[in-house]
Amino acid sequence: MHFEYFIEGGNFAEAGSTSSQVKKTLKQLNVDGTVIKRTVVALYEAEVNIVAHAYSGKITVELDEEKIDIKIVDEGPGIPDIKRAMEIGYSTASPEVREMGFGAGMGLSNMKNNSDKLNITSTVGKGTEVEIINYFHL
Amino acid sequence: MKISGGITVKVSELADKLGLTIFGGASGLQNEIKGGYTSDLLSDVMGHACSNQVWITVQTHKNVIAVASLKELASIILIKGLEPAQEVIEQSDIEKIPLLGTKEEAFEITGKIYNILKG
Repeated sequence: MHFEYFIEGGNFAEAGSTSSQVKKTLKQLNVDGTVIKRTVVALYEAEVNIVAHAYSGKITVELDEEKIDIKIVDEGPGIPDIKRAMEIGYSTASPEVREMGFGAGMGLSNMKNNSDKLNITSTVGKGTEVEIINYFHL
Repeated sequence: MKISGGITVKVSELADKLGLTIFGGASGLQNEIKGGYTSDLLSDVMGHACSNQVWITVQTHKNVIAVASLKELASIILIKGLEPAQEVIEQSDIEKIPLLGTKEEAFEITGKIYNILKG
């Protein structure tokens, strides 16, 4: 199965709506509750990152018998130093975004802790690609 | 945090006991509370709160409802007498997450809830 969602940069009012739709779909498909919980946390953080940092993004969800594979591709400024961005507490979010309780530098570590495989590639000035894979049975 | 050996309380019972204001999400008042998490950082709550916990926070915007819904939290309590905007109340109704309020600070209300839940 294959689902696609489009995310608008800067639209905080809608942040989380794709994660919510994916969660509903996974529940309808009777996916294991722990897998749903982990996937939703990782996906929500990726979704918020598009809203907070990028201009626009596309989320593709692929489901097969053994795994859920999510690709998050954005058009945005890119990440110059991914290793540094992975550090807890490091953030480049604006003061406005931080006041809302986002941008605490915990998003990428949440994504790492809640995915079986996490791949991040980025080109400065172009955008970032994130892949989250969670297996139904490890 | 999860309270080992603690008791489970319905959101409605907690609201009664502590005189909490009910702003929205009243259809979730029968949700069961099995612990609590106090934080104003959304990623902290996403990463560390557990389902059926009550979330105590100063954040009043719409994303709070999204986080609570995704994490299947029992309820949200806004502190310091903060009041949510109408669109936030409407979202809490849609998601059936009780949105409550207190005039107290995070420290006081968290302590009171902890005492109730530890039984």
